[in-house]
Amino acid sequence: MTHPRPNRPAERYIYLDYQATTPCDPRVVEAMLPWFTESFGNPHSAEHAMGRIAEAAVEHARGEVAGLIGAEAREIVFTSGATESNNIAIKGAARFAARMDNPRRRIVTAVTEHKCVLQAVGDLAEEGFEPVFLPVGADGLVDPDALRAALAQPTLLVSVMAVNNEIGVVQDIAALAAIAHAAGALLHTDAAQAAGKIALDVEAQSIDLASISGHKLYGPKGVGALYVRRRPRVRLEPLFSGGGQERGLRSGTLPTPLIVGLGEACRLAAEEMDAEAARIGTLRDRLLARLDAAIPGLILNGSREQRIPGNVNLTFPAGSAAALMAAAPALCVSTGSACSSAAIEPSYVLRALGLGDAAAGRTLRIGIGRFTSAADVDAAAALLIEAHAAAPVA
Amino acid sequence: MAGGTSLVYLDANATEPLRPAARAAMLAALDCTGNPYSVHAAGRAARNLLETAREAIAARFGGAPANLVFTSGGTEADALAVHALGAGRRLVVGATEHDAIRAAAPGASVLPIDREGLAELAALEAILAGGEPALVCLMLANNETGTIQPIAEAAAICRRHGARLHVDAVQAAGRMQVDLAALGADSVALSSHKLGGPTGAGALLLTAAAARHVTPLIAGGRQERGRRGGTPPLAAIAGFAAAAEAGYEPASIAELRDAAERAAVAACGAIVCGGGPRLPNTMCLALPGVRAETQVIALDLAGIAVSVGAACSSGKVRQSHVLAAMGLGELAGQAIRVSLPWNATRADIDAFGVAYAAMVARLARRAA
Repeated sequence: MTHPRPNRPAERYIYLDYQATTPCDPRVVEAMLPWFTESFGNPHSAEHAMGRIAEAAVEHARGEVAGLIGAEAREIVFTSGATESNNIAIKGAARFAARMDNPRRRIVTAVTEHKCVLQAVGDLAEEGFEPVFLPVGADGLVDPDALRAALAQPTLLVSVMAVNNEIGVVQDIAALAAIAHAAGALLHTDAAQAAGKIALDVEAQSIDLASISGHKLYGPKGVGALYVRRRPRVRLEPLFSGGGQERGLRSGTLPTPLIVGLGEACRLAAEEMDAEAARIGTLRDRLLARLDAAIPGLILNGSREQRIPGNVNLTFPAGSAAALMAAAPALCVSTGSACSSAAIEPSYVLRALGLGDAAAGRTLRIGIGRFTSAADVDAAAALLIEAHAAAPVA
Repeated sequence: MAGGTSLVYLDANATEPLRPAARAAMLAALDCTGNPYSVHAAGRAARNLLETAREAIAARFGGAPANLVFTSGGTEADALAVHALGAGRRLVVGATEHDAIRAAAPGASVLPIDREGLAELAALEAILAGGEPALVCLMLANNETGTIQPIAEAAAICRRHGARLHVDAVQAAGRMQVDLAALGADSVALSSHKLGGPTGAGALLLTAAAARHVTPLIAGGRQERGRRGGTPPLAAIAGFAAAAEAGYEPASIAELRDAAERAAVAACGAIVCGGGPRLPNTMCLALPGVRAETQVIALDLAGIAVSVGAACSSGKVRQSHVLAAMGLGELAGQAIRVSLPWNATRADIDAFGVAYAAMVARLARRAA
């Protein structure tokens, strides 16, 4: 079944951009409300009752986040979002190693990572580290042998995203982690698009560091988490310091309501993930069937099997993506990741799959999620088919 | 468990209660689905919310929207300022700065503070006399004593010596006039939840010249003009803007504060720490011979929420670096912070006075 929709004015649009951001689930909003007004204490004010009530709520949420990924509560550090988590994980691991005179200087990531990972890894070159950017196959997946080859040099950290934000492909993190560990490297995964969408288990997959975002799993914007393994212990330098909250790894007053929202979002995801994935997969197949039938030559980018159900990334035979979007203004889809899509330029992810600029320019990302109905999918298919029929053949 | 309590909340400098306007703005923003960096209609609606908030906050604090960088809060804003404006410069920090500044500038020269809590400007002049490029960090109002620093004078000294000035205005904003241009600073750090907005948002507001030096502390996409990666916390920012625009009546809050202070001082022998100009809502009260923790626990049991110094360092029992820097000696471990929220009432103050007097009487009986 489709969950009751948030009552929002944006409903005059058909929102199919669930990888950019997800609506905040009304149940999450409900859980957050008391923490805005009645119980507004600073969770670090341990000296009085209002502070302790807030602290208990934060700790409860920490348990929910941990539960979603098979971690212990004390392995969860709250941050402002996945971008900050990625920065702390990558720069924090590197700077701690440098401080300990660890000779490992290589940091390996993939060319299709989120921009913030690419930038964090790239920035470390200035601090004496050696960034290595692995290519991906036409399916968007990292080749384990390419990783093995990169690890021939002593490597500190391997950072590979669990699910890609543009093409939705799912990397085999357990296999990549085994390879990284065999070479003595740590494994970080940007799980912003994966958490709550596919099963994650930091033990089974042998993950050392994992980044989570609130607003990608129906929680609020402005909150995220970093999983930091305790056994064996992964040590990080903070990105910035201050009051010493989060065991010194992340200073600043914790945003209790946002954290409560993230915790509730994780709890709901853990409970509903399987049923939701099945429902969304059916909608995805329905969308693809309609588009395929009407638009011969439509290409799905990225692995067809190794992908989350809520993403399709489609190259159309005619018409630029911008023209298709302009012809269907009620349809909220995208040309790439949101962080760079305000300026439309060919996606580096699609280029990495081997698409030329022309093909990349005819490509749309469509994200399906919790509040998408069959009617939305049908309407979206009709709009796209109409827009495409009107588009000049490229 | 959430829920109402009958607590008298006098710990606003740890966090202010959320203002109703901020709550309404947040709830509306939580209903806005889009990512402000998406180009479609939902994204543009979110972007509109973000930029409207940016304009409101910049205008409120005397800067230009283009030079305002949203952050996760005051700590990150302070860290970003030191990172961006202090790179390659000598760092000079006031002795009573918040830990966010002290931790961001570990090797900094410390600007001494007098017994009143005010920065010694002659010392600033002397420190900067060498002409070495410097970044000076001086807070506008102190979080423990409420003492307001002479920022305009400090800024003039900094200008004369070619030093940059960053002002942590986290506790001042919303409780007194804060205007980047009038202060003469290069940047000010702001926090939403200290002015009645939600936790999870803050900002660094810079002059146009200073904004050119900002390189990100959190690398990411093109958000915030490349100065701060990550999807902005839209709802928290909307609440931040609404709270920043909300009014505050410093005179009536000061009146309540003064009444509470009189009760504690006249009737109970408390000593007020810090002098000079102060925030209207803050008082720092020492009770000679009684550990601050003992006082806070006693008041907590009586349903009064106050604190020992800053919230972030609470939990760990230690002496306030602020009061120690003011040369208060043993009193530094015997002072509590009482900070009135925007919605403090006469009844709150009366309850505080009763509880404080009862505490002092009980302690006196025990000592006798």
